[in-house]
Amino acid sequence: MRIVLVGDGKVGRNLVKNLTEEDHDIVVIDNDPEVIDEALNTLDIVGVCGNGTSYKIQLEAGVDKADLVIATMDSDELNMLCCLIARKLGAKHTIARVRNPEYSEQLHFMHEELGLSMHLNPEYSTADELFRILRLPAALKVETFSAGRVEMVELRLKEQSVLNGVQLKDIQEHLGVKVLICAVERDEEVFIPGGNFTLADGDKINFVGTPANILRFLQTMGYDKKPLRDATIIGGSHIAYYLGRMLSGIGIQVKIIEHDHDRCLELSELLPKAMIIHGDGTDQDLLLEEGLDKTDAVITLTGMDEQNILVSMYATSLNVKKVLTKVNRAALASLVMDKGLDVVVSPQEIIANRILTYVRGMQNSLGSNVETLHRMVSGKVEALEFRVRSTFSQTGKMLRNLTLKENTLIACITRGNEIIIPFGDDTLQAGDLVIVVTSNQHYDDLNDILKN
Amino acid sequence: MNLAMVRYILGYILQIEGALLLAPALVAFIYQEGTIQPLLVTAFLAFALGLMLRWHKPKNQIIYAKEGFAVVSAAWILLSAVGALPFWLSQEIPFYLDAFFETVSGFTTTGASILPAVEDLSLSLVFWRSFAHWIGGMGVLVFALAIIPMADNRSMYLMRAEVPGPTAGKLVPRMKDTVKILYSIYLGMTILQIILLKLAGMPWYDTLINTFGSAGTGGFSNRNLSVGAYQNGTYEWIIGIFMMLFGVNFNLYYFLLTKKFKDIWKNEELRLYLAIIALATIGITINLGGLKNNLSGSLRTSFFQVSSIITTTGYSSTDFNLWPAFSKTILILLMFFGASAGSTAGGIKISRILLIWRMIIRELKRLLHPRSVGVIKLENKTVSEKTLQGVSIFILVYLIIFASSLVFLSLDNVDFETNFTSVLTCLNNIGPGFSLVGPMGNFGFYSPLSKIILSLNMLLGRLEIFPLLLSLMPSFWKQK
Repeated sequence: MRIVLVGDGKVGRNLVKNLTEEDHDIVVIDNDPEVIDEALNTLDIVGVCGNGTSYKIQLEAGVDKADLVIATMDSDELNMLCCLIARKLGAKHTIARVRNPEYSEQLHFMHEELGLSMHLNPEYSTADELFRILRLPAALKVETFSAGRVEMVELRLKEQSVLNGVQLKDIQEHLGVKVLICAVERDEEVFIPGGNFTLADGDKINFVGTPANILRFLQTMGYDKKPLRDATIIGGSHIAYYLGRMLSGIGIQVKIIEHDHDRCLELSELLPKAMIIHGDGTDQDLLLEEGLDKTDAVITLTGMDEQNILVSMYATSLNVKKVLTKVNRAALASLVMDKGLDVVVSPQEIIANRILTYVRGMQNSLGSNVETLHRMVSGKVEALEFRVRSTFSQTGKMLRNLTLKENTLIACITRGNEIIIPFGDDTLQAGDLVIVVTSNQHYDDLNDILKN
Repeated sequence: MNLAMVRYILGYILQIEGALLLAPALVAFIYQEGTIQPLLVTAFLAFALGLMLRWHKPKNQIIYAKEGFAVVSAAWILLSAVGALPFWLSQEIPFYLDAFFETVSGFTTTGASILPAVEDLSLSLVFWRSFAHWIGGMGVLVFALAIIPMADNRSMYLMRAEVPGPTAGKLVPRMKDTVKILYSIYLGMTILQIILLKLAGMPWYDTLINTFGSAGTGGFSNRNLSVGAYQNGTYEWIIGIFMMLFGVNFNLYYFLLTKKFKDIWKNEELRLYLAIIALATIGITINLGGLKNNLSGSLRTSFFQVSSIITTTGYSSTDFNLWPAFSKTILILLMFFGASAGSTAGGIKISRILLIWRMIIRELKRLLHPRSVGVIKLENKTVSEKTLQGVSIFILVYLIIFASSLVFLSLDNVDFETNFTSVLTCLNNIGPGFSLVGPMGNFGFYSPLSKIILSLNMLLGRLEIFPLLLSLMPSFWKQK
């Protein structure tokens, strides 16, 4: 597919890397020649230097023949204008980054009138991801499928876990809860486990199930007896606002520490239920005074990666149950994961995932296309949700008779209102939503999971 | 320096050369020549050595600019070193150094020869020498890029190190697609020229040799008198026009295929290139007395020679060594110029000349108005100061290499005109010079040291100096 990316910022770079790996033709437009040079050196793309909202530059970049135009410049207005021009020139789909909350109220209008296929709000998406994790404090990551009816949770098995030494096929009788473990990470190695796989302490496991079953599963294992009561957010960014609003909404006491006084006033106006503290979020005395050691969760959301990491490490040392860190640079994220910070989210990753999902879905609008795509275990495993169409060659066949590719697993089937954790005698029917977990990359059709 | 990756890519290059050597072997088979054995042995050696080099796939496949330069310069030296073996093994060129010179001259599309009589060489080896032009013209690594499965996307470093011109760009997002387009254009034009020459009545074997020579802008012929040997005006027009076409930036042919005629018409480099050819042709025609008698003949001869020299091909239809001083001087100027960036030609390149010219104008303006600010544009795009600096430094280093090579050559105690044009013609990948190395002469009389210097000059010229210059510095190869 031919994709034009306008504005090669932090999000853009990460995205281009992922998209080139999936064999798309990428043209990047940016008005900084140095940025273009750097991108050309490291990636197999073409660069056009100039103003992305200019008609001439867009034509030079071949927007008129593009399948998708993604605008991720700094300004919302420029992004919208860019997409509008691109649409008029003949681009088939457009995606704009729109972060200002005021615009999000008129999104419907924009989609209709500007022909925008999708809008991205990195801050909102990040807040949403953080919120999902906070609802299940034991989880390292929570992803949703089938409009929230199925969840996938990542978890690290603690010392002397009940699951230590248990084979996967015995889990059902062991705990009596219907969930399916679909990926295990042990010492940097990723397994898509079969029934004979034996779990051990320290494993990072991913499992799917309905939200209710997942909660029961966690409780039987001894996690999350008490739900979260309060949370402290360091840094009053846009993400903090969105997250504060979501947490207050379900009755969690929110405390936001922000160093800019005007922003504090703004926040207290926007979030009447939250407590806003004006002060330096990296000051240990202040943090202790505000009861950092007694809070249930700490979320570090300042604009500086280094500050976030340090404050999170400090919070971890105070034995705060749940510490979430936002890190912009993906390379740093993987570095600090080893340093005891379990939950590290990166807005770019989240946005890149959303666009990749969209692109894979677009690519195959006739076959059984990708409805949802989540990437787990630092991008090594993909969980894809497909809609089974009539083009799928094996409908009605029992799963045990399907020969799947290596490291591929059917994790869950949603049929109407029914959520099925599949076994060998289940079948796939047209109209089902099916979740496939794999460590192979780049599936974009349900038929891809079959051998040959 | 990621030496493992350099080794790995070199392995591929050697294997490609092994495959390419089968072409002259086929020629040897057709003409039942004894050279088939050395050719096949070399092909086997290249293939086996290549296989050895890429036995272990390196874990770290990332290459940076440094590795790009290293691969390109090492590949070109290795290609020539191995490519010289058939000449030496068959003992048709008894000294290995001479064979190396001849092969470097082939791959770098120079066309300078040490052979006193080409006709003595077997047909298959003459074919191999010319085939090297065709391969070297477009670049070996660029070709390899289309074949080698690279895990990483940093292939731009390789392309930039090999493709001539101040800046290198891609036509389409994927490197592989870009390379395929460029090679299709190259192949298409080559086939067209072969057909036209054949239609004009040239024997098959000769059409191939002359087409390879003009497509790669190389200039090796299978006749000692070069194209002049045929005494055929039609051949001269066809070859002359095709040499000129191969000196045009290949991106423009892509624009032609995608119907962006405006971009072609507005191309400043193309305009200046054609203008220089026209002016030089007219000047030489007048100087040769074309206005008084035989206008069409003088026009044809001077156009052929101008086209041959500016594209750095080096074919001759007549002994231009005997021309009047003005015409010879024009030719010397054209030797410096070279043709367009992104073509198969050598030399300084028209776009660099254009940029230097604009920099001079800007500097003059600045002297008059010290506070004036000026941006230099090329093809309607602002050229960054970094690129401009690169161009000035290039010219400077070019002159330094020119001068120091001249000093080494002067040890042989031949006349100045010979030495001067020898360096000029090798550094710009042309072929013939004046005096002893004129179109009827050869480079055989030079001492081994001079031959090494001239071989280096050819490689420096083809790779546009910096990649090879860097790899000659010991610190460049340090692991850190």
